[in-house]
Amino acid sequence: MTLQESVVDPREALVGFIGSMRAFAYSLTRNDAAADDLVQDSLVKAWKNIESFERGTNMQAWLFTILRNTFYSNLRKSRREVEDIDGIMAGKLSEKPRHDGVLAMDEFRRAFVTLPVEQREALSLVGASGFTYEEAADTCGVAVGTIKSRVNRGRAKLVELLDLGAPELGEIGDRVTQGIVNASSPLGIVS
Amino acid sequence: MLNTGQMEEKEKSPLEQQVEENLRRVYRARAEEPVPDRFVELLKQLRAQENGEK
Repeated sequence: MTLQESVVDPREALVGFIGSMRAFAYSLTRNDAAADDLVQDSLVKAWKNIESFERGTNMQAWLFTILRNTFYSNLRKSRREVEDIDGIMAGKLSEKPRHDGVLAMDEFRRAFVTLPVEQREALSLVGASGFTYEEAADTCGVAVGTIKSRVNRGRAKLVELLDLGAPELGEIGDRVTQGIVNASSPLGIVS
Repeated sequence: MLNTGQMEEKEKSPLEQQVEENLRRVYRARAEEPVPDRFVELLKQLRAQENGEK
């Protein structure tokens, strides 16, 4: 083994990705304990299959692929549990956002977790971790257009959910009218 | 006709911008948390196991 090979064992870099793996895992599981278990399983797999990582390529994308494969294979075993969480979270959406023009993070989280998992992952990859559409498509094993449409639908749904929660807009009926009158300012913010 | 269409990527409404900003904030908040000990330990164990096998 040359000096260079021993120095650049890619596994030494794993620790630097744990933070983003936890964030991505949480967006999939919506549960702290489950997210960390998922990260743990994924790290073990990454460690043991490190030879399938191509040096010089995007390690985060490689790790996220492992993580989401692990998530989906676990998910198949526990489908019912997930549906329960959906119901619980959807019921908690009625709180009002803060009134200072910045939506409270909690409010946002509650809206986010009601999205279908494929939209959560698309938004996490593209919207939050800065993957290109192509990288996200690769990570998820779907077409670029599919990722784009998931991002768009997810974002539109979040806008809708958070818009509904905005106190200025009142009832849903009003929202429609307001949306037309005030299309550029759905939160009622005067710029 | 109320289908507002999600396709215009260039012109984002203030609410859309807030959604994107919040996406990044929520994600970053978690990604930047200190790495829990269990993972540091795990990596050590994996390394130790491997050294033991050699």
